[in-house]
Amino acid sequence: MLKFIGKRFLQGILVLLGIYAVTFFLVAATPGSPFSSERAISPEILAQIEAFYGYDKPASERFITSLGNILHGDFGPSAVYANRTVTEIIAESFPVSLKLGSISLGVALLLGIPAGVLAAVKKNTWLDYVPMSAAMAGICLPTFVMGPLLALVFGLIFAVLPVAGWFGPEFVILPAATLGLYYAAYFARLTRGGMLEMLNQDWVRTARAKGVPERTIVWKHCLKGGLIPAITFLGPALAGIISGSFVVETIFQVPGLGQWFVKGALNRDDFLILGLTVLFAALIVLMNLLVDIAQVALNPRLKYD
Amino acid sequence: MKLVRHALLVLMLGLGLSACGDRERATDTAAREGVLLWGNGTEPKGLDPHLVTGVPENHIISSLIEGLIAYHPDNDMIPAPGMAESWEHDGQYTVWTFHLRDAKWTNGDPVVAGDFVYSWHRALIPELGNQYAEIFYVMKGAQAFNEGKTKDFSTVGVKALDDKTLQVTLNGPAPYFPNMLKHYSWFPVNPRAVEEHGGMADRQSGWSTLENYVGNGPFRLKKWVTNQEIEVERSPTYWDAKTVKLNGIRFFPIENAGTEEVMFRGGRLHLTNNVLNDKVPVFKKKMPDELKIEPYLGNYYYKINVERKPFNDPRVRKALALAIDRKLLVEKVTKGGQLPGTGFVPAGVPGYPPSDRADFHPEEARKLLAEAGYPNGKGFPKTEILVNTLETHRQIAEALQAMWKEHLNVDIGIYNQEWKVYLNNVTNGDYDMARAGWIGDYVDPSAFLNIMTTGNGNNDTNWGDPRYDALIRDAQRAPDEKTRFAMLREAEQIMMDAMPVIPIYFYTRVYLKDPRLKGWHPKLLDNHPQKYLYFEEQGQPAPAE
Repeated sequence: MLKFIGKRFLQGILVLLGIYAVTFFLVAATPGSPFSSERAISPEILAQIEAFYGYDKPASERFITSLGNILHGDFGPSAVYANRTVTEIIAESFPVSLKLGSISLGVALLLGIPAGVLAAVKKNTWLDYVPMSAAMAGICLPTFVMGPLLALVFGLIFAVLPVAGWFGPEFVILPAATLGLYYAAYFARLTRGGMLEMLNQDWVRTARAKGVPERTIVWKHCLKGGLIPAITFLGPALAGIISGSFVVETIFQVPGLGQWFVKGALNRDDFLILGLTVLFAALIVLMNLLVDIAQVALNPRLKYD
Repeated sequence: MKLVRHALLVLMLGLGLSACGDRERATDTAAREGVLLWGNGTEPKGLDPHLVTGVPENHIISSLIEGLIAYHPDNDMIPAPGMAESWEHDGQYTVWTFHLRDAKWTNGDPVVAGDFVYSWHRALIPELGNQYAEIFYVMKGAQAFNEGKTKDFSTVGVKALDDKTLQVTLNGPAPYFPNMLKHYSWFPVNPRAVEEHGGMADRQSGWSTLENYVGNGPFRLKKWVTNQEIEVERSPTYWDAKTVKLNGIRFFPIENAGTEEVMFRGGRLHLTNNVLNDKVPVFKKKMPDELKIEPYLGNYYYKINVERKPFNDPRVRKALALAIDRKLLVEKVTKGGQLPGTGFVPAGVPGYPPSDRADFHPEEARKLLAEAGYPNGKGFPKTEILVNTLETHRQIAEALQAMWKEHLNVDIGIYNQEWKVYLNNVTNGDYDMARAGWIGDYVDPSAFLNIMTTGNGNNDTNWGDPRYDALIRDAQRAPDEKTRFAMLREAEQIMMDAMPVIPIYFYTRVYLKDPRLKGWHPKLLDNHPQKYLYFEEQGQPAPAE
């Protein structure tokens, strides 16, 4: 297993390097400058600013410098936000996204997985139809509809929860619900599918024929295998959910990482784009590694190799 | 509905959330405590007056730092005393002397004339890369120094005669100079703080962070959480602390107009930055006391690339300008009380009514187009309007497209580009016709007309006229305001006859404001000096420390 982890870790580093290089040169080739605005800058001033951030050098040289800096943990300054570094920006907003993300994920798993199991066990009864229709609606209803809807109902009509902001525990509820419900719907459908496949296996029939109690079949024998599709989805979901959701953050005014992805790109804030890309890619690589380990643990047909 | 309501309420109780519902609205608590909750658009790019250019930055910096001249609470034309107690000028409006008052920085340093010399030196030093440096070019020698033609700052027309006296020499007469000085790019910074954190020319200087910020304004920085809020509290060291009524201001960076509206209605904001166009009619009916529509010194216009066919013919440009029914446009499309833009300088400058050269004359437009060789639009080449990606810009472009089709029978396309790409193409002249806007930095026609001189970085149209340039230049030396305005008007009419830009409308500020907030008056530049703001229900202001 250690050999497996070591191998995947090295692969991960190569992947990150590749992603960094591709992003760097894509960003460098994108038209537009972090310093342009509706108000023209004189060429002399522009040249000074560009020299300060190293834009006066060719892209290949900048690539080598920035790669070296990143290996030393320095993501550079933000080209747009005066006197803030990319590391500071990430350090300030990542914990917010992590908090919102883990709570949302908790909501998603606690709602989605039991609902999926229930729907599979009680297939074609109202216990299947109701949660699955709700899940279908949840998948179809994007967060930019669900968010304002929740804010309207709980924030304005009943006025029991704050409509937006990030100033205390009660502010977490609506954004976490919006994000959580969306992912819960996916988990419910995936779990139902996985469970149904397991419940239709020949050995389940044999177990039933031998008189094994249904409860044991479901919870002891089938759940492990039935969760595999959901767990496969968990990797990217986890990375996505904890690195911030732009939509939910915008609707509820959450100072998380998601907004920076968009601001970075719109402002052409190269250093910020690169820092965030590396972070996001590293999260995905890490989560996928964890998911692979979990899958082998759950599925006896898989081995570490 | 009632059943659903009850069920939901039970659910809420079950979740143990009911307690939140009994809470006082945040706006009520804040009003009582004398704290203003302000929807401020976006996260500021920084709080260093020499490194930023935006409006949200302006709101915050103006609460923290005060320049020589301050904004008057309700009159855009009156320069209110700031760090300068009094000032005088020579007969030519060229040499200005400012007498400073006794004032302190938040770090205890006295504010002296030398601080302004240091600050303007910093604002102009090329290595810093101040994007607003151009506003200083009215000062003698400023341009040459900023462009690196000399390293000697003593060639620039600013001198501290003693600690209390600052003398400024301009290139020529500028009676509007005090009004110009209100702009935050002229604000002083504390030399000791700047030197301690990297020095004059350091763009990444740490002096303007939460921990290190030094100001001389009515408020001081208390809290700064990125993308969440910036809070300022009354400053005990401010020279006019007794006038300051609010105990603090919390600025929230909210970009989404929908979120802002919900927060306003949900009792979390006293002021919004914006209102969605489509919501204006609804608010007019439902929240007439909260909805504010006020003139704003800005124009929305189209730039025309005069080197491209068919726009190289001024008759074509004029025909397009005269075929726009601007009244219809502002009533049915923009809906925010905007004024039809019939000239380049917006309405509102006292003594300078807008030009009427770009009015709606469809007959004349058709005639001009026919004279240019396109009778009834026949043979008119394919051209396109470039807009940056935003729904309102597209709506306006579509309305103009329809008007041009109806009145001139020409087909003009629309394409949108993402903001930075759009800027790139406009700057490089890679467009036929492009949407643009300009907000005045100070209340004077020159704040607009200056940008259309030949080769100006903001002109982008490839148009230039030596007569225009001469008038703009000579107006600076006009013996009096009336003559100066007459010269500027003549220049504007020259430009309007050539029509390198098509004026469309004059901006308004449309926002929601809590009626309890007092001391807030409509202002052409949207500058509301915060020391005069207050809530009627607020308790006595906290005594100065």
